[in-house]
Amino acid sequence: MSSTTPQPALPENTASWWKRLADSDITYSFTRSKVVMGSAFISALLLLLALFAPYVSPHDPTNLASLDLMNSLNPPAWLQGGSWDYPLGTDNQGRDMLSALLFGLRLSLSVSLASVILAMALGITLGLISGYFGGWADTIIMRIADIQMTFPAILTALLVNGVVRALLGLNHTGGADYWVLVLSIGLSFWVQFARTVRGSAMVERSKDYVAAARLIGVRPTRIMFTHVLPNVLGPVLVIATISLALAIITEATLSFLGVGLPPSNPSLGTLVRVGNDFLLSGEWWIVFFPGLILAILALSVNMLGDWLRDALNPKLR
Amino acid sequence: MTSLNFSPAIRSALRLSPFKLSSAMVLAASLLATPILAHNAAAKTFRYAFQGDLNALDPYTLDETFTIGALGNVFEGLTKRDKDLKIIPGLATSWEVMEPTRWRFHLRKGVKFHDGEDFTADDVVFSCERAMTGGSQFKGNLPAVKQVVKVDDYTVDMILSSPNPILTSQLDTLFMMSKKWAQANNAMETQPASAKELNPGALKADGTGPFYIVSHEPGVKTVFKPNTGWWGKRTDNFDEVDFTTIKSDATRVAALLSGQVDMIEPVPVQAMQKVNDNPGTKVLSAPELRTVFLTMDQKRDELLFSDVKGKNPFKDVRVRKAFYQAIDIKAIDSKLMRGLGQPAALLVTPVVFPEAKDFKRFPYDVAAAKKLMADAGYPNGFSLTMHCPNDRYVNDEAICQAVTTMLARINVKVTLKAIPKAQYFALAGASGGYGTSFGMLGWTPASNDPLEILTQLLGCRDDKGNGGLFNYGGYCNPKVDALAKQAMVETDVTKRNALLVEAFKLTTADVGALPLHQQYLAWGISKKIQIVQRPTDPILFYEAHKD
Repeated sequence: MSSTTPQPALPENTASWWKRLADSDITYSFTRSKVVMGSAFISALLLLLALFAPYVSPHDPTNLASLDLMNSLNPPAWLQGGSWDYPLGTDNQGRDMLSALLFGLRLSLSVSLASVILAMALGITLGLISGYFGGWADTIIMRIADIQMTFPAILTALLVNGVVRALLGLNHTGGADYWVLVLSIGLSFWVQFARTVRGSAMVERSKDYVAAARLIGVRPTRIMFTHVLPNVLGPVLVIATISLALAIITEATLSFLGVGLPPSNPSLGTLVRVGNDFLLSGEWWIVFFPGLILAILALSVNMLGDWLRDALNPKLR
Repeated sequence: MTSLNFSPAIRSALRLSPFKLSSAMVLAASLLATPILAHNAAAKTFRYAFQGDLNALDPYTLDETFTIGALGNVFEGLTKRDKDLKIIPGLATSWEVMEPTRWRFHLRKGVKFHDGEDFTADDVVFSCERAMTGGSQFKGNLPAVKQVVKVDDYTVDMILSSPNPILTSQLDTLFMMSKKWAQANNAMETQPASAKELNPGALKADGTGPFYIVSHEPGVKTVFKPNTGWWGKRTDNFDEVDFTTIKSDATRVAALLSGQVDMIEPVPVQAMQKVNDNPGTKVLSAPELRTVFLTMDQKRDELLFSDVKGKNPFKDVRVRKAFYQAIDIKAIDSKLMRGLGQPAALLVTPVVFPEAKDFKRFPYDVAAAKKLMADAGYPNGFSLTMHCPNDRYVNDEAICQAVTTMLARINVKVTLKAIPKAQYFALAGASGGYGTSFGMLGWTPASNDPLEILTQLLGCRDDKGNGGLFNYGGYCNPKVDALAKQAMVETDVTKRNALLVEAFKLTTADVGALPLHQQYLAWGISKKIQIVQRPTDPILFYEAHKD
């Protein structure tokens, strides 16, 4: 926040950014809560594991040639019949669960991040247009947003997914699955961004500095993105974090329903779907670990988002 | 229940649709609830669930075992099969061969369709013509039939273009429809399997069988009620049969274990133990006549789904053989199928064709497969898309995934598209223009005769499906066709078998298709249910009973 409010040239301002960060309210609030620190630690750990999945996972689950059906359905290492070659056991195709998990985590996170970025770009742009210009543009955009708000996000995502897949037909190549998923989640999450940005933009629009900028002939796009936008970034950040947790769950739901990523390139949701078939047959590890990681990931990101919302809310300080 | 179970004739007299009738029955039942319960302790509802959908009720849309089985409760053919699969009279009480190309069928008198109309020769002529044209998948059941002629109201002649000793074994699943009903319901033409939407006529059915359909929501629920005016003998005590689709393996098993349904098919192999250990349920298992195999498009000059352009790698027998030898069927059958699969060397089971035992699979040998690929000019492999049903055969998607893995070892990059059977058969079959490059099919010879394999699955065809209608790969060897033609008219069993063996030797050497295994039937039933499990896999309610 400090970067957006004009500050007098005080000595603190010349201190390193690290020191300024360490002295800020946010850091203070962060260090006061063990839950938040724990969530941040877990989120960071999972993010790192996802980033470096190819280096930390014991096997390459995308290399189909390395799978051996004879190694299928091995239990985790600490159980009878397990081996440390496959620490969390194997699935019915002989795929190492740990490696599949790490790669699945990577996919889940990247789909969710990409779709939140898409939702954010779309929501911010439409929200700024709506708030800054008002009039019919505002009416149209906000009515669309209202209509979309009446549907649960998962329904919108399923709808978009179905329509895009129908357009692509059965002939699309494997890579399309990923982008279809990003598109369907992104399109179902933009409304929150648009509404928030619109509200702030309406407030900022009538302020003197915007009027001044307009007087000296600055183009509306420039005013919107360089003057108005920085002032609404705080709430956008909060929504983005909470949306990320929701996007992770939505991705998993879509993949669980079989309209997400294919089993040959599984996300966490796909792994849960595949493992679901083994729920009643004793091979619990196929479904348990992906489910567990999914729950931990969504929970910790959500916690972070909640905390960020409180920390950035001046009324709660 | 007798007081409430209107016979179809009464129903038509009352001009009530099944829907109105059922609501009337509910009303009546609520008024008479107590006496009926006391009176009718034996009447039961039978609930069963399958992994895939029952889609169109048009009996010629989909030549698929499950659909035929379900519709076999509603419709009947001129012939039927008994529990040992022997041909017995159905809607025809007797038949005679007037001359080798002219068969006379004497129809059963007094049979009524569910809507109350009489079953007559007109319906037979209409049904056969309907099955031989348009989007019908049953053209192969009447391969040599040139014309069906009405002699009188209860006699028809089938005129053949060449003798066909197994004609009656092909008629048991060619169900008879009512001409008047079809006219009234705009169902004169067969609903094609590839159509995006079902015609209203394909959502209803009017047969002569032991059950009629009360309501049908494709993919959700279908309700059957007994046809009390049925001419045959029934052993069931059901007053209603509910069919539902439960796609998820775990949910289906849970539904059986909890008693929500009385029967499921299939029991996923990983849950067999669980179903048998549960006190109220058990698995009925037996080798099925079905052979599951992979199809390779050998007809197009360029595959639809591959990075090889300008030529079709599957036209080279070395590539087909390399695929064959790269697949470790023993691992699939021991691990994925948990022993409930029997590796197959032919597309027909030894149960139907004992000579199949003498055929051996090409050995699983990755090095040999790699060499074949290199010889064929693909040392670095190629990539292609495989289409697979994911709700049809036991572990279909898992098997395709395993095949994908195994082919990766000979550098073939396979992208797997596993889709529901309705979509899959529409894409891969004649009505979809045989639109797969590499796919899966399972076949039960409904005629219980190996010749059907050579004509339906391996006979030459054109792009529209004239010829081997289910020859998804478009394999064609004129010598095989010639042998099949000879076998069709050969009446001496030993000579006929020799012809068939010779033909199968050719198809094996050509690797016309890639046989995988015979799967086991796995029905999960409540111990309260007695039901006949035929190796052809139909679920026939009238042979069942609930305690």
